[in-house]
Amino acid sequence: MERNRQTMEIVALIFLFLGITLFTIVGFVAVDWLPVAASGHAAGVDGVIRYLLLTTGAILLIGTLALVAFLWRYGRGRPTGSPQIRQKTARWVSLVPVVGMALIAEAGVMLKGLPVWDEVYGEVPEDALVVELTGKQFEWIVRYRGRDGTFGRIDPALIDDRANPAGLAPEDPSARDDLVYRGRLHLPVGRTVHLRLRARDVLHSFTVPAFRVKQDVVPGIVTGTTFVPTLEGSYEIACAELCGMGHYRMGGTVVVQSEEEYEGWLAEQTGWLE
Amino acid sequence: MAGSAHDVRGIANLGARRPAPYPAGIAAVLVTVGMLFAAFTAALLVRRTGTDWKPVALPPIVWVNTVILLVSSGAVELARAAVRRGDSRRCAGWLAVAGLLGVAFLAGQVVAWRLLALRGVFLPNNPHAAFFYVLSAVHAAHLLGGLAALGWTLRRAARGAHTAAHHAGLTHAAIYWHFVGGVWVFLMIVLSTL
Amino acid sequence: MAGRADGVARMSETHTPQSFWRRYVFSTDHKTIGKQYLITSFVMAVFGVSWSILIRLQLAWPDASWPLLGRLLPGLYEGGVLLPEYYLSLVTMHGTIMIFFVISFALLSGFGNFIIPLHIGARDMAYPLLNMLSYWTIVPACLLMLGSFLVEGGAAAGGWTAYPPLSALPEALPGSGLGQTLWLLAMALFIVSFTMGSLNFVTTILNLRTRGMTMLRLPLAIWTLFIASILGILAFPALTAAAIMLLLDRHGGTSFFLPEGLVLGGQLLSNEGGTPLLFQHLFWFLGHPEVYVLVLPAVGIAFDVVATFGRRPPFGYRTSVGSLIVIAVLSMIVWGHHMFTSGMNPYLAEYFSIATVAITIPFAVLGMNLIASLWRAQIRLSTAMLFALAIIAAIGIGGLGGLWLGTATADMYLHDSYFVVGHFHFMIGMVTGFGVFAATYYWFPKMFGRHMNEALGKLHFWLTVAPVFFAFTAMHYLGLGGSLRRLYDPTAYDYALPVQWLNVLVSVALFIAVVGQLIFLFNFFWSLLRGRRATENPWEGATLEWTAASPAPHLNWAELPVVHRGPYEYRVDGAPDGYQLQTAPRAVAAEPRGAAEAPTAPAP
Repeated sequence: MERNRQTMEIVALIFLFLGITLFTIVGFVAVDWLPVAASGHAAGVDGVIRYLLLTTGAILLIGTLALVAFLWRYGRGRPTGSPQIRQKTARWVSLVPVVGMALIAEAGVMLKGLPVWDEVYGEVPEDALVVELTGKQFEWIVRYRGRDGTFGRIDPALIDDRANPAGLAPEDPSARDDLVYRGRLHLPVGRTVHLRLRARDVLHSFTVPAFRVKQDVVPGIVTGTTFVPTLEGSYEIACAELCGMGHYRMGGTVVVQSEEEYEGWLAEQTGWLE
Repeated sequence: MAGSAHDVRGIANLGARRPAPYPAGIAAVLVTVGMLFAAFTAALLVRRTGTDWKPVALPPIVWVNTVILLVSSGAVELARAAVRRGDSRRCAGWLAVAGLLGVAFLAGQVVAWRLLALRGVFLPNNPHAAFFYVLSAVHAAHLLGGLAALGWTLRRAARGAHTAAHHAGLTHAAIYWHFVGGVWVFLMIVLSTL
Repeated sequence: MAGRADGVARMSETHTPQSFWRRYVFSTDHKTIGKQYLITSFVMAVFGVSWSILIRLQLAWPDASWPLLGRLLPGLYEGGVLLPEYYLSLVTMHGTIMIFFVISFALLSGFGNFIIPLHIGARDMAYPLLNMLSYWTIVPACLLMLGSFLVEGGAAAGGWTAYPPLSALPEALPGSGLGQTLWLLAMALFIVSFTMGSLNFVTTILNLRTRGMTMLRLPLAIWTLFIASILGILAFPALTAAAIMLLLDRHGGTSFFLPEGLVLGGQLLSNEGGTPLLFQHLFWFLGHPEVYVLVLPAVGIAFDVVATFGRRPPFGYRTSVGSLIVIAVLSMIVWGHHMFTSGMNPYLAEYFSIATVAITIPFAVLGMNLIASLWRAQIRLSTAMLFALAIIAAIGIGGLGGLWLGTATADMYLHDSYFVVGHFHFMIGMVTGFGVFAATYYWFPKMFGRHMNEALGKLHFWLTVAPVFFAFTAMHYLGLGGSLRRLYDPTAYDYALPVQWLNVLVSVALFIAVVGQLIFLFNFFWSLLRGRRATENPWEGATLEWTAASPAPHLNWAELPVVHRGPYEYRVDGAPDGYQLQTAPRAVAAEPRGAAEAPTAPAP
């Protein structure tokens, strides 16, 4: 009676643990959760994620199978041999997870991960298109260098939310032609883009899920991220670091256009102070 | 009488492998206090790279205070030497001297703060001074703990409770006192050279 | 010897505090303090979990309005709609309360206090008075935390991580007013209390072990509590320093964390030179070890419970202890993996990534040892055992998910998404929560002299485990879909709309789990009064606490037990009931070598 009940419970537990693992693995594999990949290194990031899915999924499956096998074999009151083992045996057996995990984990980081990491954080190519984004509660101020190819001086004291959201200094000639937009970023497809990221009040985090880019913006320092848009279209910018009441709606749009369309758009623009 | 904290403690130790106070306890205290000042020091090292870092000259009295604190550590050692000879009375005397020197150190620190403030250097307007104020205040708080420990051992010494063979309480109080003194010397080096 | 034992027995009787106040309120008895902590953690959990219900309602149905809630909580709701600033308060306080005031209280302070002296053969903690002070320091901390909802601007809302400048500037967020100050003060009290507790644990374990109780005869639960306490002693001071500097930035006009050029509400602030990243480094220097402070004791409890109900020693006692030490060392040098995208030096991030994923190596050993501890077991399925098995399953998914986030490149996408939320709920929600439940069902007889109801316990298990595994796994999918954490309205971004249906399912699953917790609370308090009486050693455990009476009396034993063997001598040859208590003397000739991992050769 008691033994029958325990057998039923063991069967239920086996269903539970197998179910959890299969739900987890199938859930990860069967549905393509990731948003569209629209940047040069996105494939690399997705590759790392696939690698992790494959390896950790296999480990999880092996562990679960061992767990349910032991539950089935040793959970129903059937006689078993002595469980005592030598210390030396335990030490040797532990080499299996040590070596296995070391290879899987460090290979993932060093061979799969770091090359992609360097694509984003390595040297910025000379010809990269540099755009500046400033996070403020609760929008993104976008600034292009303008015709002269240099960012003009800005002064926090001059910031006026309506008249001069970037705080451009009018007496600086190279500031006059700087293009300023709110929450809207135009980029040409296929060209390396480097974003200079600043914050004016609190921490924000610039993220475009389609580009697999996420970079905190920190008051007092300039951070940056580099990527190549590879797919024309318009994508959402979001803020990923809690920045206050309106954090959830601190969005924006990136419009990725063909080189000609982008140049055409650029030619029509005039500096904020002009 | 039944079940006062002291009785429970006495019974708790019956059959224990070591009598109170415990060596691991004092070691753990030193580690955690040390980590606190290490964290502040790390913060100072980062903060001094800021654009507005201007070292201020500390009021010279802090050096007098430092010497006072070192001398008080010497007095504690004399107290320990006395108790090792079994001289409880002299031990209590030296502990009292050490405690008074500790109080003098704190008074000197207050004077140092006033002198800085008279020069117009407050918390907000100089980051280096802000670290001086914060570190000396946090240090003073830990020194107060040391004074309490000295007071407690002084009371025991005055009652003749420390013997040449058993005075672990005094030893631990002394270790803590030297440690807090050492922390101050370290802070002085950090604050005056960085 | 006998004379002294009699003396102790007499003193134990006459010195048991008689007055209600000294016995139940201002007690220095480690068992009473443990129970006080445990029950306090239940009270705080009621708050923390209630807030999570409000959060889940908002996340599943962001457009709905809740007139009834609006009437019950007029401060938080306006016209039946939760206000965004209070949503952030709820998220912040849920995190803070559950991590520090529930899990830490229950596992470390609660069960740590209760089991350490009983497991090592001590009459009480090394510093009983300090122990009592430690409990009475957290009472005002709890009141400050809860009371902060009532002040102007509401409770702290800058996240449990309290990153400045958001947490430093009241202009930036209503919750960064008085609420944040109270949060910092409550955390300071918590740290003081936790440090007192850790000092006590470390000292007690090192200096108060009874005769024969060598370090390698300590049960693994004690080893994990020991390692956790050392980590607490090393790591918490960094948060103390950060909290002091943040308080000064808020109220003293300093600029430790505030740089120049801050513009808020059209006003240029006068701060200069500070570095917001400094706070993050200090916070995570504590924050990461803190995770292991919480997780490791749950792992230790799983080892002990699996040993008792599996009737065999844990697989690889020594490799487990070694792994714990390696984890402790590594945990102090990997905090930066919480900051891959923070703007810190990318090369430093590479180091942190390489070091972080190395932690999976000792964890894999622990995981394998846990599973292998079922090899040739004779499993008895009590509720405690069920939860211990659930810990093993949760460590699998949670730990492997950690590998994803430790890999900096994947974290670049997954950081601050629901993947992170799912991951840490696996580790410091499920693993630790199951640890609390396993420990409660397991040691309840020793605490109160009665059993908890097993039928209700199993109902609690099934109602808890199935829904939470589903819900927190689904959060991983949400994160893969790009859903970000701490969003008042998860439908605000179009790209995350395709996964919004998961939010509804997650909420429903978690509501079911909450019902399970009500059953647990009922079972706990009902069993306290009406539960079946327990014998001294109801589970046939081999460790020292089972040699004391149930409930364990004041000062624990008439005569301190003397230890002759390791903690897990189950199914050893010649044992009368198939197991040997640690106090069972050794026959002189039979087994010359004594080690925790009985080095008996397997039967040929």
